[in-house]
Amino acid sequence: MDAPQQSGNKTGKSKQKKFAVRVDFTPMVDMNMLLITFFMLCTTLSKPQTMEINMPSNDDKITDQQKTKVKESLAVTLLLDAKNQLYYYEGIPDWNNPEAIKRADYTNQETGIRRVLMRKNAAVVNKVKELKQQKRNLQITQKQYDAQVKELRNGKNTPTVIIKATDEATYKNLVDALDEMQICNIGKYVIVPIADTDKDLIKAVNGKL
Amino acid sequence: MAKVKIKKQSTFIDMTAMSDVTVLLLTFFMLTSTFVKKAPVQVSTPSSISEIKIPEHDILTILVDNSGKVFMSFDKQDDQRSVLEEVGNEYGMTFTPTETKKFSLQSTFGVNIKQMKSFLGLKEEKMDEVLKAQGGIPTDSVDNQFKVWVKAARSVNPDLRIAIKADQATPYRVIKSVMNSLQDLKENRYNLITSLKVTDAK
Repeated sequence: MDAPQQSGNKTGKSKQKKFAVRVDFTPMVDMNMLLITFFMLCTTLSKPQTMEINMPSNDDKITDQQKTKVKESLAVTLLLDAKNQLYYYEGIPDWNNPEAIKRADYTNQETGIRRVLMRKNAAVVNKVKELKQQKRNLQITQKQYDAQVKELRNGKNTPTVIIKATDEATYKNLVDALDEMQICNIGKYVIVPIADTDKDLIKAVNGKL
Repeated sequence: MAKVKIKKQSTFIDMTAMSDVTVLLLTFFMLTSTFVKKAPVQVSTPSSISEIKIPEHDILTILVDNSGKVFMSFDKQDDQRSVLEEVGNEYGMTFTPTETKKFSLQSTFGVNIKQMKSFLGLKEEKMDEVLKAQGGIPTDSVDNQFKVWVKAARSVNPDLRIAIKADQATPYRVIKSVMNSLQDLKENRYNLITSLKVTDAK
């Protein structure tokens, strides 16, 4: 029953009117742009970087045996002072002799602490450089590289850096100092409170100049 | 006279492609974004070469501004609520459900616990002002409320990671007291939030 009607429609004069399918998207684009602007302004795209540090325990119960002993020849002490001043000494200095501590700064120049630490840690730095080259040539994977670097950094006879900061030093100084540890591939470093003898030494050096 | 007929051009531009692009961008921003937290103090972190990203969840951020004020923030509101109850217990204070609700909605908090009740009674706009003017959790050895907060936070969420976000001009004295408090609680591992340095060293 339906069939003739349909065919009739097709052949009939009543043609269906064609509607334009063009829709104006301009308001939609406007709205989207607005939302994009909103998201762009209200978000932080990159997650902040972070440094992981381990601090020594404050526990008084730790016996002398549990404490890590550091060879005198391998110890470097950094003293962070106000106004971006930086001093360092190696091993145990002569507390009465202001000549014992040396001045350095945070730059990459000859006077910078980086050079000092690089020299001190030359063996490790060179090996890490080799490894980096190997990684670049795809001889070792990232994983192997990380493991080997870690082993090198914590190996025997690598220097230990003791970071001491005065109250006047800024947080930036501390982070910069920690950064140098990363750059110079030093695996063993520690932040400890400053001792009075260290303060006296700084005073003596400053008084001399 | 020859008439030059100018053909009328339609000014209708097809916006479909444009719309496609904008929707794509919008989706991208919606998916990748994490919203900026409203912080009572402006902190510019020092730069470092470290490239470790901070984990996304279970973070306790300790905000230290350059005058030494300490604030804290959690990434989960539930944690924040339970921590308030825990700290309230410690100081013998109880908070009404409206107060805890209001507290959990705070993106960053940090007032003396003794003022907490009156602080939570304030209007929202007023809260920000007060936080800016007289905020900060006491960290001195006489009244170390900071320790209590961290301890409570640890008991509420054992997986919590502590991240210190301090201004680069903060004196070491302040950082030292924060670090010492953490060490006393045997929290020996934590993160320092830094921004990426444009390296020249190679």
